Amino acid sequence: MAGQAPPRTIAIAGGSLAGLSAAEELRAQGFGESIIVVGREPEMPYDRPPLSKQMLKGEMAADALALACKPDMDITWRLGKSATGLDVGARTLTLDDGESLAFDGLVIATGASPRRLPFGGLAGMHVLRTRQDAEQLKADLDRQPARVVVIGGGFIGAEIAATCRALNIAVTIVEPLPGLLIRALGPMVSELVGNIHRDQGVELRTGTQAFDALADGAGRVRAIRLSDGTEIETDVVVVAVGVVPETHWLEGSGLDISDGVLCDATCLAAPGIAAAGDIARWPNTRFDECRRVEHWDNAIQQGRYAARRLLADESATTEPYTPVPWVWSDQFGLKLQVYGSTVLHDELRFVDGPTDDHKFVALYRRGGRLAGVAGIGKVRSLLGYRRMLEAGTSWDDATSATSASAQGTAQ
Amino acid sequence: MKIVIDWVRCEGNGACVVAAPELFDIDNEDMLIVLDETPSEDKRAALERAVASCPRRAIVIEG
Repeated sequence: MAGQAPPRTIAIAGGSLAGLSAAEELRAQGFGESIIVVGREPEMPYDRPPLSKQMLKGEMAADALALACKPDMDITWRLGKSATGLDVGARTLTLDDGESLAFDGLVIATGASPRRLPFGGLAGMHVLRTRQDAEQLKADLDRQPARVVVIGGGFIGAEIAATCRALNIAVTIVEPLPGLLIRALGPMVSELVGNIHRDQGVELRTGTQAFDALADGAGRVRAIRLSDGTEIETDVVVVAVGVVPETHWLEGSGLDISDGVLCDATCLAAPGIAAAGDIARWPNTRFDECRRVEHWDNAIQQGRYAARRLLADESATTEPYTPVPWVWSDQFGLKLQVYGSTVLHDELRFVDGPTDDHKFVALYRRGGRLAGVAGIGKVRSLLGYRRMLEAGTSWDDATSATSASAQGTAQ
Repeated sequence: MKIVIDWVRCEGNGACVVAAPELFDIDNEDMLIVLDETPSEDKRAALERAVASCPRRAIVIEG
């Protein structure tokens, strides 16, 4: 039998939700040896979803963000340090202070960073990823600026705009595609979400690109110029145009880092090296797709899976990682939830709503299968479709179950 | 072992229903239902999954 010595030291590169989840799962599985977490941010892991909402609104203090970490876990935290290199064959990490850290197993969980625009860098221009980012943006919002411009109409941009309205601040979203969330959720759901934003006073400038940021005499942003030549006066800008995986430190390691860290179906990038969270690109055989999933829930589930994968004998057959991804977004007191895979769908069908109060359930077809479901409210119904996604239900069965349950409700 | 819900925090996301369907459900008004407030010890692993999967950290295990 091939066999292998059990790992003695497991290193985790990345001190956020995926890395913490991996560490916790290692202990939960009875791993009693050394766990070392290398985290770039100087603080213990904290929760990011409230950054764009409760924290900006001042409803949640920064120290309330801390993720609960059991005290008896015996983890060595190397915080405020970055991994700068990886030797896959020798199984060593290099840190930015020059230390060489030998490991038997490694979880790569260094996440992603906000994508930057080719212009900008002026005072008053923000991104939102870390607690520090949120504190800086909050300081600008607390001054009650006349207008905020949000560049990017994805989940984060839409949430920040909703937060601005809750703070009674005028806000414009600039999005080059024809609608909010359109890439993820398609035109019909995008239109619905866009209408909610308009009703709440958000100005939408879709189908146009932010082209330049203009500075005042003090070097602070004073306006955003769009590709059609118009200018929007503002002194607070949030750039929310997606993220890029934090893979630069892996250049030259031999790992495929063309879009995140490419893994096999069991989240292994190389023998003894797994990846998890925003950075991991792996083939999810449930949906026949190979992509990264930048969701909160996936950071937890994949972090845990990666831990179990490293503890399993590599020569043994391991069940692949085949989650039904889940993401939620809170905007204007409405809860948008998405299960499964909605990108690149062949058909989108509303099976419930939209109601006057914006609640709905929409199904996404890819080929002959139900591939995803999105909705506002109607959680019980969404969970039913989630179970169908788990079971690999065909489109015909999913949609006929819809009419059957609708009749059942009507009686 | 007792399940305690922080009803101020709970938003009815349903993550706990996915993690532990034998312990949680959601009603038609998107309100959480705890199916068994004092589950037996063999449900602890499922319950801990539910606790960890709650984005609002609204579930607490007592005992």
